[in-house]
Amino acid sequence: MKLSEIVDALDATLLTGEDKLEKSITRCGASDLMSDVLAAVSEDCVLLTGLTTVQVIRTAMVAGVGAVVFVRKKQPPPEVVDMAREQGIPLISSPYSMFVSCGRLHACYLTGLDGKR
Amino acid sequence: MRVTSPGWTENDNLPLKDVPPARVTARSENVSPMPRLTKSYHIKARDFIRAGEASINIQNLLKSMDFDPRLIRRVAICGYEGEMNVVMHGGDGTLSIELDDEKLTLEISDDGPGIEDIELAMQAGYSTANDDHREMGFGAGMGLPNMKKNSDHIHIESLKNNGTVVRMLFMIPEKGETD
Repeated sequence: MKLSEIVDALDATLLTGEDKLEKSITRCGASDLMSDVLAAVSEDCVLLTGLTTVQVIRTAMVAGVGAVVFVRKKQPPPEVVDMAREQGIPLISSPYSMFVSCGRLHACYLTGLDGKR
Repeated sequence: MRVTSPGWTENDNLPLKDVPPARVTARSENVSPMPRLTKSYHIKARDFIRAGEASINIQNLLKSMDFDPRLIRRVAICGYEGEMNVVMHGGDGTLSIELDDEKLTLEISDDGPGIEDIELAMQAGYSTANDDHREMGFGAGMGLPNMKKNSDHIHIESLKNNGTVVRMLFMIPEKGETD
């Protein structure tokens, strides 16, 4: 599905990445453990997390993550948004919990990082 | 055989002046090709904000040299996990990359407390991290296992109170070769 559809499905706010709204995403991972993200094939996936540190953005850069969703309405600090903007990584803030955010995207036929549903 | 990319300069062969040289890399008995590029980056202890910058620099360097994206990703993941290990546990350290026509060597060394039981540290899930580390999303005991998984060869040298050296090899695929 398109990134814009992910924003809609989550009633979310796009913090940066207006130019990437047409980007196609098929896989999704949810974790607060960055090593788990690095251990999986997470290229061009959307990553749901409750962490809002610069290390989330670095993990996304290293692993090739396509977009990051912060759950529970979390707002990352400005330097995190700036870094993501510079690196072209879209950031989304979802008002829903991790569980509900995942459920909404699963209902939209996104798969896990391993391609399973 | 690889061709040097236009972005390469003579300066890329010089280690940074303010960085101590990486420890001597053990060489095999075979004659190794001369390194085409070596570069070292300083890693500062407990600097959680900048941790990972060296790996991103290496990632960008390899991208500019047109390496296979999968190889770049594996190297970047290993470097990043290594940097986080040094920042969390190791004291000051150095991340070095050495490149020749056949292989890429990544070496992460630090002057920290060392790893008491390397075999135990290699087990997925084993961790000596604290809550601060976990708040950053690290310290789940996946660092060394991830580095082993993503490199073609890993060698760890460590002595209690005498630092750690983690050396990883990545074979460079010929153009068109798949892995």
